[in-house]
Amino acid sequence: MSEAKIMLEIKDLRVSIEGKEILKGINLSVKAGEVHAIMGPNGSGKSTLASALAGRDYFHITHGKIIYEGKDLTELAPEDRAREGIFLGFQYPVEIPGVSMVNFLRTAINSMRKYRGQDALPAGDFLKLMREKKKVVEINSDLTNRSVNEGFSGGEKKKNEIFQMALLEPKLAILDETDSGLDIDALRIVANGVNKLRSPQNATIVITHYQRLLDYIVPDVVHVLYKGRIVKSGDKSLAKELEEHGYDWIKQEVDADT
Amino acid sequence: MTDQEKILNEVTDSDYKFGFQTNIDTETIPKGLNEEVVRIISAKKEEPKWLTESRLKAFRHWQTMKMPQWAHLRIPEINYQDIIFYAAPKQEAKYENMDEVDPELIDTFNRLGIPLEEQKQLAGVAVDAVMDSVSVKTTFQDTLADKGIIFCSFSDAVKNHPDLIKKYMGSVVPYTDNYFAALNSAVFSDGSFCYIPKGVHCPMELSTYFRINAANTGQFERTLIVAEDDSFVSYLEGCTAPMRDENQLHAAIVEIVAGENTEVKYSTVQNWYPGNKEGKGGIYNFVTKRGICRGDNSKISWTQVETGSAVTWKYPSCILKGNNSVGEFYSVAVTNNYQQADTGTKMIHIGKNTRSTIISKGISAGKSENSYRGLVKVLKSAENARNYSQCDSLLLGDKCGAHTFPYLEVDNRSAVVEHEATTSKIGEDQIFYCNQRGIDTENAISLIVNGYAKEVLNKLPMEFAVEAQKLLAITLEGSVG
Repeated sequence: MSEAKIMLEIKDLRVSIEGKEILKGINLSVKAGEVHAIMGPNGSGKSTLASALAGRDYFHITHGKIIYEGKDLTELAPEDRAREGIFLGFQYPVEIPGVSMVNFLRTAINSMRKYRGQDALPAGDFLKLMREKKKVVEINSDLTNRSVNEGFSGGEKKKNEIFQMALLEPKLAILDETDSGLDIDALRIVANGVNKLRSPQNATIVITHYQRLLDYIVPDVVHVLYKGRIVKSGDKSLAKELEEHGYDWIKQEVDADT
Repeated sequence: MTDQEKILNEVTDSDYKFGFQTNIDTETIPKGLNEEVVRIISAKKEEPKWLTESRLKAFRHWQTMKMPQWAHLRIPEINYQDIIFYAAPKQEAKYENMDEVDPELIDTFNRLGIPLEEQKQLAGVAVDAVMDSVSVKTTFQDTLADKGIIFCSFSDAVKNHPDLIKKYMGSVVPYTDNYFAALNSAVFSDGSFCYIPKGVHCPMELSTYFRINAANTGQFERTLIVAEDDSFVSYLEGCTAPMRDENQLHAAIVEIVAGENTEVKYSTVQNWYPGNKEGKGGIYNFVTKRGICRGDNSKISWTQVETGSAVTWKYPSCILKGNNSVGEFYSVAVTNNYQQADTGTKMIHIGKNTRSTIISKGISAGKSENSYRGLVKVLKSAENARNYSQCDSLLLGDKCGAHTFPYLEVDNRSAVVEHEATTSKIGEDQIFYCNQRGIDTENAISLIVNGYAKEVLNKLPMEFAVEAQKLLAITLEGSVG
């Protein structure tokens, strides 16, 4: 694994929202083929990190670098980051009334193909691809005929995120609290979907509050984010430790230092 | 300026794509309006005396009227003495075959995407094209004539079917109806006439394209559709104009008469020049559209996509006289930059068990003002009348306005009238969600807006729906990319 190339390199990243610093110097290095879990108590900056990687302009990068596949990510618009292979699984997927999933995903996939200099996918091929990928997440056929996330249950929305991920085949997937609000069956399906899509060429960052998801998606590295910094990194046993002892011992360690 | 404002500014900074002008010889009469001008127009069209008299009556009535002020519109005073009331492409607009038509004119219509030629045959659309004031060419007359359908310019109808015109013209919108109806009745120059005989299902979409080309002219066309018992017709109307700095006036009348067990679908894609980004120029669009379900079990359905004009004042309405008759109004109105729209409908329930549906989707961007104004009136005679109204407004940015003015007049206790209204802003979350899937902001807005308007766009004939979707995107398109 050490021979794999570095896909994402975050160097001393500081991010502010409306003048308030949320991320206070993040360093993170992700190689192709790896799964990283980022854990941490509420308000530690997990979702901010996900949004900053995806390019949401509400989050201002005040310092540091994000190098992805050798490119400075901060210079790319959100849509170009997506076209370069970065996928964000949203914590709260957005509803777009009147826009069918089929139309939405076809527009998405063809935007990406255009960026790569490929022709648009013919309708027949696209529908075939959709059918294939639906199986990955055991998604109800009816769901893809509806408007984007409109009237979907919490679990359906999350499955739909993984379905989109399967279809768009990203190099780097960032899953922001994909497990929140899922019952155990949905959690299993979502995790299976992620596992089926794992390959030596792509990488996944799983952001989660609970270790439960990590029983299904086994991470190579676990990081603990607290007060805007990664305060501890380790292998999957770190997640177990957090499950047993909670975050308090880490908080105490960190707070004692500062 | 925040980033979101910047994006919205870019996206709502649109350009008009139909602003070209055709260099064609035009015959016009001098500016101004008086009885003499009315007579000249009538004479140019070689009209019978009764029609000249009818025009003059309308003109005299118009002189006693004042421009209505109740709409939520700010309109500078219109100087009627500064407008040319008749303009026609100079060649006699009587063509036996396409070879005789001025190639420039054919080119104009091709650029508008209206092939008058045989290719249209494949699409199965019969087209009547009105350039400035004169109907240029009506395709497919022979095919339609086999079924007894009359589809021709209004002027031809006056000559060839005077009895029908005399009987129905002004029967739904009398010249006394309102200021602009009176004006149109006095100076109308051409338009389309359509007659569907009893029991005939019109085999193709009938289509009219209106184009203002000459400068300083007003366009005053009228359309009359008569559908006898047990018939069906679907009618499409499109309009464009060149870009000009001065405002131009368009005041039209559309009348629909439906018999028993009859259905008339009327679809409009209105894309008159809206003026530039600073609000200079553009068409003043004052239109009276009304249909009557005379017989039982009939249905009149208005669908409109309004993207153009500096000012739109338009309320396509249904008089539901026959028992069990149905009125529908589906509307998408987009305003951008300094455009103003005050549009909606009137549903007049007279017969028993009459039903009406109103779906209005307003989209405001830039510094525009967009109003829905609708009346649902249930008369004493209208036992068990039903109405459902839904008025949604979507705002892009924070400098535009959306307004809803619903009026209800119910005189029968058995009536059930429902009204729903929503206002929403296009969400930054929605745009970012699309961005994250590789869709750029411009396409994202187009996707979201089309999704929002889908209920209405679905009501349009297929060919038109595609055009309307593109038009929505273009209207809101930015200067980027």
